[in-house]
Amino acid sequence: MSATAEVMPTTDAAYYEADSPVVIDCDVQKVFYGDFLAVRDSRVPIEKGKITGFIGPSGCGKSTVLRSLNRMNDLIPSFHLQGAIKYHGLDIYGKNVDPVMVRRYIGMVFQQPNPFSMSIFDNVAFGLRLNRFKGDVEEKVQKALEAAALWKEVKDKLKNSGLSLSGGQQQRLCIARAVATEPDVLLMDEPCSALDPIATRQVEELMLELKKHYTVALVTHNMQQAMRVADTTAFFGVDISKGGRTGYLVEMGETRQIFEQPKEELTQQYVAGEFS
Amino acid sequence: MSELATPSASASASAKIPRLERQAWERRTLTNRFLTLLTWLVAILGSVPLFSVIFMLVSEGGARLDWEAITALPPAGFDMGGGFGNAIIGTLVMVAIASLISVPLGILAAIYLAVLGPASKLASASRFVAKTLTGFPSILAGVFTYAILVVNFGYSALAGGVALSVLMLPTVILAAEEAMKQVPQKMVDAAYGMGCTPTQVIWKVVLPTGAPGILTGVMLAVAGAAGESAPLLFTALFSNYYLESLMEPTASLSILIYNFSAMPFDNQIQLAWAASLVLVLIVLVFNILARLVSRPKF
Amino acid sequence: MSANPFKDKASPHSASAPPSAADYWADSLFRKLAMTCAGLIIALLAYILLEIGSQAMPAISEYGIGFVGGTTWDGSRDEFGVLPEIWGTLYSSILALIIGGIMGVTIAIFLTQEFLSQKVATVFRLIVELLAAIPSVVYGLWGIYVLIPMLRPVAGWLHTHFDFIPLFSTDLSGPGLAPAALVLAIMILPTVAAISVDALKRIPYKVKEAAYGMGTTRWEAILKVMLPTASSGILAALVLGFGRALGETMALAMLIGNSNQINLSLFAPANTLASLLASSFPEAGDLEIRALMYAAIVLLLLTFVVNVMGLAIQQYTMRKFEGKK
Repeated sequence: MSATAEVMPTTDAAYYEADSPVVIDCDVQKVFYGDFLAVRDSRVPIEKGKITGFIGPSGCGKSTVLRSLNRMNDLIPSFHLQGAIKYHGLDIYGKNVDPVMVRRYIGMVFQQPNPFSMSIFDNVAFGLRLNRFKGDVEEKVQKALEAAALWKEVKDKLKNSGLSLSGGQQQRLCIARAVATEPDVLLMDEPCSALDPIATRQVEELMLELKKHYTVALVTHNMQQAMRVADTTAFFGVDISKGGRTGYLVEMGETRQIFEQPKEELTQQYVAGEFS
Repeated sequence: MSELATPSASASASAKIPRLERQAWERRTLTNRFLTLLTWLVAILGSVPLFSVIFMLVSEGGARLDWEAITALPPAGFDMGGGFGNAIIGTLVMVAIASLISVPLGILAAIYLAVLGPASKLASASRFVAKTLTGFPSILAGVFTYAILVVNFGYSALAGGVALSVLMLPTVILAAEEAMKQVPQKMVDAAYGMGCTPTQVIWKVVLPTGAPGILTGVMLAVAGAAGESAPLLFTALFSNYYLESLMEPTASLSILIYNFSAMPFDNQIQLAWAASLVLVLIVLVFNILARLVSRPKF
Repeated sequence: MSANPFKDKASPHSASAPPSAADYWADSLFRKLAMTCAGLIIALLAYILLEIGSQAMPAISEYGIGFVGGTTWDGSRDEFGVLPEIWGTLYSSILALIIGGIMGVTIAIFLTQEFLSQKVATVFRLIVELLAAIPSVVYGLWGIYVLIPMLRPVAGWLHTHFDFIPLFSTDLSGPGLAPAALVLAIMILPTVAAISVDALKRIPYKVKEAAYGMGTTRWEAILKVMLPTASSGILAALVLGFGRALGETMALAMLIGNSNQINLSLFAPANTLASLLASSFPEAGDLEIRALMYAAIVLLLLTFVVNVMGLAIQQYTMRKFEGKK
């Protein structure tokens, strides 16, 4: 972490020009928790049909930014955001916007598998029932479980509790739950951090499959994972120059460019594994 | 990887820009508001009885509470004045007897449950029995004491104390066990590592460290016992005179309130409110003590 | 204990010494004592059952199972039956469970689901705890002089306009089922609220996050995720509250009217097992005492079954949460 301290933050990170339609134009100027400035100056456009990876050392605010994208941070009372996050051009922090609606279109998969204490089927059907889906729930559930590559393992025990599954299966169940309603965007907050390597590999394959139909934003602590799955990568750094720990976007670009020809020295040091 | 769920317009219209604004008159928003309002109402409604009771205690009981009330003997039928001095003493004496019996036994039992044999069959059986007994109708403690003491020795303060101790014992056991379990294992390990015998570990580490928590549990049990009346009804009975021997019928605040509440005389009813105020204050003092002793730890 | 194999091996300056014989003696004595006390509580329960059972024996052999079905309690004719008391006990407790249960669970939601700031929640929790600390006789007194006068006009109106509904078929002339059940509801509310709060608090934060992440509103999260997840804990709270209601004595003895009748009306006087014991014991003759002991056994069985059910559910809940994280 010492490396971050010495490098003065670049205030004007090269703004990444997206060449495909931007689904979420995330322009975070400042994020506060109470008086604590957690993130500043991060403009991260999330493009349609791509996986956008968020990488960076711990405490760099990558999860905070991700959680701002569907207003999950609203659960923390002291949270306060300056800037705009535009979803199809509409600022989701706008005055009349209902955070509940935002979360129905921008789904989320969390760090820890968090299935509900109900059956596997009910877990996946949860969102459908929530949205008062009028069609064939069973078919949708099966499709979602297939999409999450879990169908074969659970098709004979759909009535079992979601909690009876293994960690990797639980996480795929949570993915199935998130995709069952076919949201527009899927946010994944270190979805593999609680999983073993085999389960991680399965989830990664799944992400590559998902991006055919969904826009995905992925926070990962694992650089190899970003290299393997992300199309675009945003690298966040930590600025401790003013006494606090403030995260900010250092640079963003095609994944290959970020890892092979980074524009910033800090990025270079990070991808070379000089600090984490 | 099988066929993927293809986004369609069915569940959420992702083709068009969705409408994200809050709809003030939408069913969902209305349900939400309605339920929140209902919850507030229920919560307020739930606290009305408490405030009403406190108001009555202060206005009715406070008006009558004076030196005479807490020292004089209960008045007979049409008499004016009088008080419940003997009932205060009776309540305190019987609670003291109950504590003398239940606290040592309860703590010893808790030591076994928490330290000596927490996983043993005996421990899980007595834990279960203790939990069952806390949900036990308090009047049955009276029935039991009647059967073992009153039948042979008559109504007495001692019988009242024994009946209360039956109620206190399980509470003390469970609270003391919980308090001792809070003692960090590393402290216990350190004591064993120094070559302490289990008894020394308990006396030198577990009991001193767990003392505030144990005391809290004891105080709460005492508070509960002081407010009890059902077990005293036919063990201590009642008396219109000051306590002279532990082996004779004894007055208590709660039985006085019970007896006076049904009387057709205003004087007695006022005294019942005043006695209620005193009783609630005694119970509260022990409740507050319970909180105070446990505070340094947290 | 005298042989010390370590003594020669240790340095001559070592202060280490084996525990004295007295230490060993005290240790084993103390451990036996503690174990005896742990056994004592089991012995106590057995003794209670045995003693009440043997005292009740004459009445049990005299009246047999018919005691439970009998509807008269008359000491002068030695005719004893507790059906009206069983009815009254169950009726008042079920009413109290419905009212106190709904309120208790609602208050638990109110306290745990961020309706209140931390400070206000603490104050409110204190109010609920105070509600639990007020002695039963004080509630009885309050019931007689505050609740009953308040209920009478309401009861009168309901009786005049809706007397075709069995619930309102009589007028409230003083003590009766409704005031008793209401006070009982207030008394079990803190129990239900406290255990439900524990159950709701035991839900891991990530579950709440998952619910909100799916786009639930606060109430959708509460009703569709939090309550089902905490359901077995809340069920345990309700069962334990019900057990408490069954055994509650003083407030009921003061408010229910102690009248041996089976009536659906909310405003009719009734009786419960516990208040039968409270009101009849002091003046009972010998056979009546036996019969009361028998009634005590009926009450004991009733509460025992309910409590064991509650504990079993509670234990199951804890295992469910601790076993599968």
